[in-house]
Amino acid sequence: MGNILRKEQLSELVWRFRLDAPRIARKRKAGQFIILRPLENSERIPLTIANWNTHDGWIEIIFQIAGKTTQVLSELSVGDSVHDIAGPLGKPTHIENFGKVVCIGGGVGVAPLYPIVSALVDAGNDVTTIIGARSKNLVILENEMKRISNLLIATDDGSYGTHGFVTDVFNELIKNNQKFNLAVVIGPVIMMKFTTALTIKAGILTYASLNPIMIDGTGMCGGCRVTFNNEIKFACVDGPEFEASGIDWDGLINRQNSYKNFELNKSNDHQCKLAGV
Amino acid sequence: MAQIFKRKPMAQQDPNLRSKNFEEVALGYTKEEAVEEAKRCLQCKRPLCVTGCPVSVKIPEFIKSIADEDFEKSIKLLKENNSLPAVCGRVCPQEDQCEQKCILSNKGEAVAIGNLERFIADYDRKNNLQKVISVKKSNGKKVAVIGSGPAGLTVAGELIKEGFSVTIFEALHEAGGVLIYGIPEFRLPKNIVKKEIGYLESLGVHIEKNFVVGKTATIDELLNEENFDFVFIGSGAGLPSFMNIPGENSIGVYSANEYLTRSNLMKAFLDGSETPIIKGKHVVTIGGGNVAMDSARTAVRLGAETSTIVYRRTESEMPARNEEIHHAKEEGVIFKLLCNPTKINSDDNGFVSSIECVQMELGAKDSSGRPRPIVIENSNFQIDADVIIIAIGNKPNPIIQETTPDLKISEKGTILVNDDYGRTSKKYVYAGGDIVTGAATVILAMGAGRRGAKSIMEDAIL
Repeated sequence: MGNILRKEQLSELVWRFRLDAPRIARKRKAGQFIILRPLENSERIPLTIANWNTHDGWIEIIFQIAGKTTQVLSELSVGDSVHDIAGPLGKPTHIENFGKVVCIGGGVGVAPLYPIVSALVDAGNDVTTIIGARSKNLVILENEMKRISNLLIATDDGSYGTHGFVTDVFNELIKNNQKFNLAVVIGPVIMMKFTTALTIKAGILTYASLNPIMIDGTGMCGGCRVTFNNEIKFACVDGPEFEASGIDWDGLINRQNSYKNFELNKSNDHQCKLAGV
Repeated sequence: MAQIFKRKPMAQQDPNLRSKNFEEVALGYTKEEAVEEAKRCLQCKRPLCVTGCPVSVKIPEFIKSIADEDFEKSIKLLKENNSLPAVCGRVCPQEDQCEQKCILSNKGEAVAIGNLERFIADYDRKNNLQKVISVKKSNGKKVAVIGSGPAGLTVAGELIKEGFSVTIFEALHEAGGVLIYGIPEFRLPKNIVKKEIGYLESLGVHIEKNFVVGKTATIDELLNEENFDFVFIGSGAGLPSFMNIPGENSIGVYSANEYLTRSNLMKAFLDGSETPIIKGKHVVTIGGGNVAMDSARTAVRLGAETSTIVYRRTESEMPARNEEIHHAKEEGVIFKLLCNPTKINSDDNGFVSSIECVQMELGAKDSSGRPRPIVIENSNFQIDADVIIIAIGNKPNPIIQETTPDLKISEKGTILVNDDYGRTSKKYVYAGGDIVTGAATVILAMGAGRRGAKSIMEDAIL
């Protein structure tokens, strides 16, 4: 298990890996994640299951190089095996026929959004997907999303789609009297904070998928805790998805900075073998 | 004759030295010391010590063999009832169990049963005394053991000898449960745990790591689709409690589970580790049990200038072993007793800066049998801190219960068993250890494991 079957670079820092994991492929549901360790001494990191195939027994992860461990992972080759992989973890997304759904993804948050869009479409929902990225070359999964939903794209620099943010695109839809029964938002924490504020203001039931630092992923350590409706919840067993209106966003943003200094030192120590990055 | 009342002390690392390293504090008996100590045992006709042992180790017998220098016989006798003697010799609270009952303790010091157990287990490991153990031929029955902590390892050890096919499913990437993530290196070296586990594997126990029962497969799937005949749940009390005081989510506030997992399992205490841990200058640990002591003593070794225990009752109410409290004090841990935290403060960047506490006094006994702590009004004070460790206990991990609807559980989330023998409300499913009792000790989990294994053996014949 954990053998790398395929690897593909989606953008400058974003990779898609296909891993042999028959048990996980069989059991996984949209919204769930795995915990992975690339090498024997690596730290444990959570990654959402972006795609899967039960019959062939593989799952796909899409990740952005954000520090040493993801860098090390990106440097493994097809045929290598990741040292540890456990899952599927977390509570699956609640899927039903809501009617009209808007799914909003920022940056690499589009990757965990894809299986949710897919499951919602399978359940009969009419899904509009809004993808945001800094520029055209950082847009990922465009074809996959276009194939199954009404896709709108926004780029910060205007190199593709609407010149602006996902929130601009969303506001435009609302201005044009589009009505939605559900909103699902996934992306960097600050993006989720501001985007969900807008969807909630528009009266839409909104879910966000959180990405705190995790260690065990099974509820044993509390490292991924978030305050939800004034109660402490663990993102790995109570989430990772929560109803956005109850989330303490500032607490979440704060805790993400816990190891910034450590990570800077680690990345500096690491000898990058990739040329031209 | 007075000599018989004093026990041979066991060598330890000097406190000043050991507070800077993660090596074992206790250094063990030499062969001569062990033999001398073993000769103190009066070999009582009706040994009270055995009644104090949760797994009924043949105490006078294994000690006599040490006195006779027949070490192979000693370890064989010990292992008849205790499958992890190197672990128990180190972490069992013997002073509350076997040694408390020793007749010599009436007039002097009990026989150092724990130290002798440790000695013979280590001697066996170093000299490879126990070579071959007889394993019965396969009986065609498959057992799934959930969790590779003390309960699960004990069940596996008992059943493999009886001819069962045994697979342990472990959620983490390394086996051992609390033995590997909870108890620090300086109390229980991990190479010892690995060796004990390796021994089980050599007998034929199969361990599947990175397998979260309830997620990767449910218990029903193990029974119905994967052809397991029996399931033993030893998933432990791994769900940390928090105090629910303001500021508890600040950067630098850890549950003891997280702090110890980072240090022990992920080896964050080593330079160059891939897993970070905040090495605070002023570390405050809330709690009074062994886990709190482990956390505070780990903080000392990670370079804290001050490591403080904050506990709302007094020392006599602390659940931690006296030995651990004593060692912590020797290593410079400060004890702030009759204090309770009210609020955690942080700086502009969200990092912990101090913890506010209030002083307590003891009132009448509460439901735990201990005097109830009562707040003294207007006694608030601050302790500077950059790391705070919450070590106030663990609740049962809910993953299995949530995915096995016909498994009856208590209000607290523990799995209900019919009796002391581990049978749950679900046929062919057994449970033992912290998941049944709530957070307790290694030896109690092992006892539950032995009894659960007995039930499985009985039910397999039916």
